Amino acid sequence: MPRISWRRLAGGERRWAVLGLGAVIALWEIGHRVYGDFVLPSPLATIAALGRLGASGDLWPAVVTTARDALSGFLAATLAGSLLGGLAGRSTPIRAMLQPIATLLIGVPAIAWVVLSLLWFGGSGLAATFSVAIAVGPVVFAAAVQGTRTVDGGLRTMARAFRVPFGAMIVDVYLPHVLSYLLPALGTALAMSWKVAVMAELLSGTGGIGDGLAAARAEVDTAKTMAWVVVVVALLLIVERLVIEPVRRYFETWRHGLPGEAA
Amino acid sequence: MSEEGTLVASGVTHSFAGTKVLDGIDLRVSRGSVVAILGPSGSGKTTLLHILGGLLTPDAGRVDRPFERPAFVFQEPLLLPWRTARGNVAFGLAGLRLARSERLSRARTMLVKVGLGQDDAVLYPHQLSGGMKKRVALARALAIEPDVLLLDEAFSALDVGLSREMQQLVRLDAQERGVTVVLVTHDLSEAVRLADRVIVLAGRPGRIATRLSIDRPARLRDDAFVEAEIRRIAALEAIRDAFRPTLSG
Ligand SMILES: Nc1ncnc2c1ncn2[C@@H]1O[C@H](COP(=O)(O)OP(=O)(O)O)[C@@H](O)[C@H]1O
Ligand SMILES: [Mg+2]
Repeated sequence: MPRISWRRLAGGERRWAVLGLGAVIALWEIGHRVYGDFVLPSPLATIAALGRLGASGDLWPAVVTTARDALSGFLAATLAGSLLGGLAGRSTPIRAMLQPIATLLIGVPAIAWVVLSLLWFGGSGLAATFSVAIAVGPVVFAAAVQGTRTVDGGLRTMARAFRVPFGAMIVDVYLPHVLSYLLPALGTALAMSWKVAVMAELLSGTGGIGDGLAAARAEVDTAKTMAWVVVVVALLLIVERLVIEPVRRYFETWRHGLPGEAA
Repeated sequence: MSEEGTLVASGVTHSFAGTKVLDGIDLRVSRGSVVAILGPSGSGKTTLLHILGGLLTPDAGRVDRPFERPAFVFQEPLLLPWRTARGNVAFGLAGLRLARSERLSRARTMLVKVGLGQDDAVLYPHQLSGGMKKRVALARALAIEPDVLLLDEAFSALDVGLSREMQQLVRLDAQERGVTVVLVTHDLSEAVRLADRVIVLAGRPGRIATRLSIDRPARLRDDAFVEAEIRRIAALEAIRDAFRPTLSG
């Protein structure tokens, strides 16, 4: 599957992507020359710091911990958010009850969830997972509601007319449509998950990239800080590419060329 | 009072958002017979068909539906956009206890019967023409071997030759297995070719303006008979009245 995307990108899009990335790195280097090592270490120095992190054995456990925190929270948010969202999309009373709650939860700053969950769950690993789940869940919920509400009524009638069993109704009528709403939201939710996880780790000090960042800050080591940032971004991109993108592509086959869907 | 297996509607009345669209419809369709519901657009044909098929509960009146396996061809094709033609036909079979391979092979066979071959079977709905979609919808309905077949302008998006072929297919299939057929159409020739009895809906709210029967067995109706019959029916006062409002706009 990735092969397809590379071929398409090579057509010219990829060149522009590389150009954009190159511009960022160039600006970074310029910033480094202007402000010096302490404010902005050079890209090369950052790579070197990354190498030292790897060599010291700090890198891998931190990556594993952060991935665990972010993905467990993301998974919980996805399951709860899409289940409740699906129910709310089909039932007006449930929607009327849950929608204000979701809006309320979205309004709470992520950092507040981190602080609260530290108070509630203490130094156990659960604090990060909980923060991620509660911060990200409402985003998934909102998309699931929207997707479920907009399922074609004609198709539902058709499925009912053919006395299609409940399971097939969900899998064949609801899911493909709901996913077209859910997948973009899940992309956003995933990115949010990493950020919140790192934030929670930074405050809780129970390991992970956030903990590493806190240590780098205590040591006033800007290069190390930048190295951790690079790690988070790289992780996010890798998971996007490996999980979200293939799923998206799979469900795009039939959408290609639908009216209103730019091919 | 009702014979075994007769679909009976009595005193059916229905409104949408306070506007009455059907008023006091009485109708009997005996098992294995073909009834056409004819009428100008907006006269409530689709609504009546949905009520007869149990998809809509009328505000008043009752409907006896002594059948187990109804199949619909809706006015719109209503295909799943994310399924191929074959997948869509197989979807109709999801309610029957069949192995997946059995479903797919039945779907393939039925698609061939409506004139869609191997190459068409793997296309998605947005890659099919309007007429092809209609035929997929017909295949989906026939594939479940229904005991009652409800057709809503099933042949209207097809060109003449194809539409005749599909009518033939439905007629043969229905005769072979004794299927009850209710078909909605605004095309008199379609009604005359297929139906044993015709009810004409007209007005707003829709009422039964007249009932006709076509006595010659469907398989013996040649073009000359159909033409003569159309001329005879079109000359009837009740029919002219029923279709007049649409003619004058
Ligand atoms: N779901 C609906 N909601 C509101 N009005 C409807 C609905 N379905 C049909 N109608 C109205 O009912 C009348 C009959 O419609 P319909 O049964 O589709 O007629 P026909 O199939 O003969 O063209 C029309 O005036 C139409 O606007
Ligand atoms: Mg209609």
